[in-house]
Amino acid sequence: MSEPKFVYVTYIATTPQKLWQALTEGAFTRQYWFGQTIESDWSLGSRVVFRSGSEVHDYGEVLECEPCRRLSYSWHVEFHEVFRREKPSRVTFELEPMGNEVKLMVTHDQFEPDSKVRDAVSNGWPLVLASLKSLLETGRPSLLTSADKLCGARERAIALAESAA
Amino acid sequence: MSEPKFVPKTIYVTYIASTPEKVWAALTSSEFTTRYFFGRSVEIEGKVSGRFAMRMPDGRFDIKGRVVEWDPPRRLQVTWAVDFEEFRELPESLVTYEIEPLGGSVKVTMTESHQWDVPDAILAGGRQGWPLILSSLKSVLETGVPITIDVPMGPPKQMIDAIRQAIAAKPWRDAGPGR
Repeated sequence: MSEPKFVYVTYIATTPQKLWQALTEGAFTRQYWFGQTIESDWSLGSRVVFRSGSEVHDYGEVLECEPCRRLSYSWHVEFHEVFRREKPSRVTFELEPMGNEVKLMVTHDQFEPDSKVRDAVSNGWPLVLASLKSLLETGRPSLLTSADKLCGARERAIALAESAA
Repeated sequence: MSEPKFVPKTIYVTYIASTPEKVWAALTSSEFTTRYFFGRSVEIEGKVSGRFAMRMPDGRFDIKGRVVEWDPPRRLQVTWAVDFEEFRELPESLVTYEIEPLGGSVKVTMTESHQWDVPDAILAGGRQGWPLILSSLKSVLETGVPITIDVPMGPPKQMIDAIRQAIAAKPWRDAGPGR
């Protein structure tokens, strides 16, 4: 049996176009996503890479891409051995315009049984998505703006992984 | 102890560029809650066992409870009984807000706990409402502007059906103390 999926919904005062850009362009992701730059040409089957400087943290493959509506990619966490030995999971973003705001639903699923990746992403997503919302609404990410705090978040994830190992 | 055991069923976490004091004020003062909580104004007595209620824009109350924990600006826990049609027959739930300062921001955790084995169809109501309420709370504190989506707080139809079934079966009666 696979692990339960992780689902998070937030509402952001922005447009689907701006939200899409923030999810798919590295110049945006590095401002709210633990300092990481996302890279892909977003064609089906293309590689998705999360990079911090020259180091590749995570990677995956584009599974669905319907601009401004829906994006899904597989996700292999590379940055720590405990996560690296799990098979890839899957994340799906659904964007739904509602009046002056956009409803964003993030579903992360296809975890292995007793997945450590699931524990890590369940802690990480609320922080990443709160920062994304702040960036789009205020121009400033809510949290983790300085480099050492970014490292701190990574270190906490690693400590969590090691304590679970 | 004859107190029922409450189990967390829905947890929502967000991070807000604010201070614990401002988040506490936003949770406990009606001038804030009317802006982000489906127009409802909170009325709360600031002490353990104090009265808690949410008043609808038309003046009636639809949520009533009492304060279980009052620890400003860190932790607020209230019992939560929905005073609306069939909902009145259901056992009360417990809502807990935890407020933690973190790196110049505030982590806010909302936990909705229940004393019986609530089906997902009934939990769906809160799982639909909390993300909107707490997204709007974050926007109010960070930008001064709430989320304005006009979604009524009313329950989904499957939720009403599930509540009627639950009222008929009353499964919480089996869940005796110390189970």
